[in-house]
Amino acid sequence: MTGQALIFYTFAAVAIFSALMVITVQNAVRAVLFLVLAFVATAGVWLLMEAEFLAIILVLVYVGAVMVLFLFVVMMLDFTGATQKGPLRYLRPSMLLGVGLALGVVFLLFTVIGPKQFTIMDYPSPAARGADYNDVAHLGMVMYTDYVLAFIAAGCLLLVAMVAAISLAYRGHRAKRQRPSDQVKVKASDRIRLVKMSPGSRG
Amino acid sequence: MVPLSHFLLLGAVLFSLGVAGIVLNRRNIIVLLMCVELMLLAVNTNFIAFSRYLDDVAGQIFVFFILTVAAAEAAIGLAILVLLFRNRGTIDVAVMDELKG
Amino acid sequence: MPGVYLTIVLAPLIAAIVIGLLGHIIGRTASHWLAILGVGLACVLSFWVFKYHVIDGAPIYDAPLYIWGEVAGITFQVGFLVDTLTALMIMVVTFVSLMVHIYTVGYMQGDPGYQRFFCYIALFTFSMLMLVMSNNFLQLFFGWEAVGVVSYLLIGFWFKKDTAVFANLKAFIVNRVGDFGFILGLAAILAYCGSFTYSEVFANVPALADSGMTLPIAGVEWSVITVICILLFIGAMGKSAQVPLHVWLPDSMEGPTPISALIHAATMVTAGVFMVARMSPIFEYSDMALNFVIIIGGVTALFMGLVGIVQNDIKRIIAYSTLSQLGYMMVAVGISAYAAGIFHLFTHAFFKALLFLGAGSVIIAMHHDQDIRNMGNLRKYMPITYVCMLIGSLALIGFPFFSGYYSKDAIIEAAHASTAWAAPFGYWTVLLGVLVTSLYTFRLLFVVFHGKERMRDELRRDLREPRAVVWVPLILLAIPSAIVGGFFIGPMLFDSHTILGQSLFVLPKNDVLFQLAPHYHGAIEFAIHGLTGLPFWFGVAGIVITWLFYVRYPAVPAKIQSHMKWIYHVLINKYGFDEFNQAVFARGGRGLGYALWQFGDVKIIDGALVNGSAHFVGRCALILRRLQSGYLYHYALMMLLGLLVFLLWFTLLR
Repeated sequence: MTGQALIFYTFAAVAIFSALMVITVQNAVRAVLFLVLAFVATAGVWLLMEAEFLAIILVLVYVGAVMVLFLFVVMMLDFTGATQKGPLRYLRPSMLLGVGLALGVVFLLFTVIGPKQFTIMDYPSPAARGADYNDVAHLGMVMYTDYVLAFIAAGCLLLVAMVAAISLAYRGHRAKRQRPSDQVKVKASDRIRLVKMSPGSRG
Repeated sequence: MVPLSHFLLLGAVLFSLGVAGIVLNRRNIIVLLMCVELMLLAVNTNFIAFSRYLDDVAGQIFVFFILTVAAAEAAIGLAILVLLFRNRGTIDVAVMDELKG
Repeated sequence: MPGVYLTIVLAPLIAAIVIGLLGHIIGRTASHWLAILGVGLACVLSFWVFKYHVIDGAPIYDAPLYIWGEVAGITFQVGFLVDTLTALMIMVVTFVSLMVHIYTVGYMQGDPGYQRFFCYIALFTFSMLMLVMSNNFLQLFFGWEAVGVVSYLLIGFWFKKDTAVFANLKAFIVNRVGDFGFILGLAAILAYCGSFTYSEVFANVPALADSGMTLPIAGVEWSVITVICILLFIGAMGKSAQVPLHVWLPDSMEGPTPISALIHAATMVTAGVFMVARMSPIFEYSDMALNFVIIIGGVTALFMGLVGIVQNDIKRIIAYSTLSQLGYMMVAVGISAYAAGIFHLFTHAFFKALLFLGAGSVIIAMHHDQDIRNMGNLRKYMPITYVCMLIGSLALIGFPFFSGYYSKDAIIEAAHASTAWAAPFGYWTVLLGVLVTSLYTFRLLFVVFHGKERMRDELRRDLREPRAVVWVPLILLAIPSAIVGGFFIGPMLFDSHTILGQSLFVLPKNDVLFQLAPHYHGAIEFAIHGLTGLPFWFGVAGIVITWLFYVRYPAVPAKIQSHMKWIYHVLINKYGFDEFNQAVFARGGRGLGYALWQFGDVKIIDGALVNGSAHFVGRCALILRRLQSGYLYHYALMMLLGLLVFLLWFTLLR
């Protein structure tokens, strides 16, 4: 077993394990953390395939931003009602169907990507690139020429997503706030009101 | 060198786990979103593997855009989630059956 | 000249429109003046047109005025055909209409629908003029339907009266039956002649004379001309109230009396006769259709007159008389004596309008009581009406020297001379019809104007001649009723160039009037000759019998009635036409409608198709809704299942 293979199987094993944990652990915070672990392990696999830029992006943007956002939401919202229940308490025949279905999908994917369908085994393993190969420059050359319109569209999409997310979650001016002008303009009559009461009504 | 099919198998397994997570998950929507992320990760892995073995940079470009869209989706999905929780006080998947016929 | 013709038609129309739209603004007096002026203008111009065409011998005017549509080479146009027949008709129509307009001022006095009434009768005049002046079948049909509509409106003029509403519905529906035949006839004409214009159609007819067509009934080969003629005549049967489509006319007496005079006696109901005469170039080529006309006309002439004998409503008696006289006209046109038919139409218009208006005068005096059993000896109170009615009655029974004599005797003579195989039947029916006519006419006259005074006392004190607007038209109509026959018989029927010669077409083998012409030596000779004939003595016999029964021995009729019960029953029930229609067509139609409603509509359309499909969808949805759990993961599962199926398809099964 070469070093490369060792690295791949290690990362792959970690990724699969963490993915399994994501869908089985009961604590949502832990699930997010396992997802982070799965991303990091997958980023390692990507590095092995010499997609350095994307691997870095995955860790920086995905783990650093999106996953943190997940974590933030999970912690901000109070899931106590939901998180108490483990998956086994929901065990029903339909779950067995789901498991069977997943196994079926796996089996089919194995069949589809097996040698019989695509003769994938025939692909030669590419030679490793030299130390002077600049993945980022190469990617940038393609992205800003052939795919520039798609790139702009992606930028627009992010902007729209941002506006949409804010407008969805924004609650308006409900926070308590000081208004100096009101404080200055206040009068005695606004603070206190004198009420005349007849002596007889006193308890 | 590791053969291509091993990378693809990794992707397939991750994808299947994501699917299984969606079907099995009865707790909260946020885990559903996470499972979607997992499936996208599997797809991206496949793209990168093909890109590497076919020596075509277009696969990486695709991954780039998928990451962009996934980020946007996560942002909006979480925003909706927050709104949902604010309005209903729960994000339990089992009680969300408004579309029940 | 088109300007004059157009003015004749449009003057009543404009009056009708103005009165109809602005009647309540311009008031009652202005309304009736407007209507009278419109119709009066038309009347004056009609007389002028009559002089222009008949006396000056102007050429026939036949031209389209306005083409309003053109499809596949067929033009739809408004056009006038003015010849002597048209000139005669418009003169009769506008003159009688004018008399009725004037009379209406008195008769409808105080009625809340006064303006509406004038609007309708002016509209009627317009429609009738359009009908008779048309130069194409489409405009004829327009006029035909328009007079039908106005007739409907006027029969139901007092629309708060249930009987009036039933009567106008009945008239409308029965006329629809006739119109159905008529419109089929028009379709056949269009199919075989490719034109709606009279002149083009008439030019095509001789070529069609030998062609046949197979009708779906019995698969027998029919002559095209016969089919067309019989279909057109079915239309005429509806409009001119011939058996068996006559049932609406007696009921139409629910309308105001001026309308009975104008529409249901003098003009509209004669449209069928006019139409057959106008279509003489077609009818001449079908012996079968002509014999059919004779039989229908003969049956109507005799048997409807018999019903008139037992009626007690003054207007209904005259209505049955109208039916009978229309039968005479039909017999005349059936034996190809078109001129005689039109001549009788012409004289009948005057004396029948006179009788109706006279009856109306009596009805006014009797405070709208129409039962003759409540009248009697009215000549003492209403001498002018009595004299006018007497003149009308003598004209009606065909007493020599009165106008009815000339036209009726000409018809009887012509029927006698005709060689058509149905002509003997026609001859005997019209001959016996004279006796019947005389019986019911003088029964009416004697019961109403002679004998005991049977009215209530407070009414008797009030009895007097109505206003001048009522009796002046009576006199104006009585004059032509008395004399017009003698003046016109020669020019109309027997002279070498008859007035209507240019309008009517008669095959030489059918031309009975031409055969009779050598025996004609002037109007007075004709009348004197009539004194020795059977019709005259039948008429006199009728007068004597009724005098004996109703003046001398008033108890006799009741005895006869009780001895001949079954005949009386048959007659009082009008041969059961109404009952038959009610039982078969009305109830059958309702039954059919009910069956279609209950089965076709409720069960099939509503039950099976509309609600059935809705229920089917609902039931399917009830099952399918279980698929919609609302749970997100179920949908995801279904997506995956679909994916699985596709993958299976692509990998294992391919």
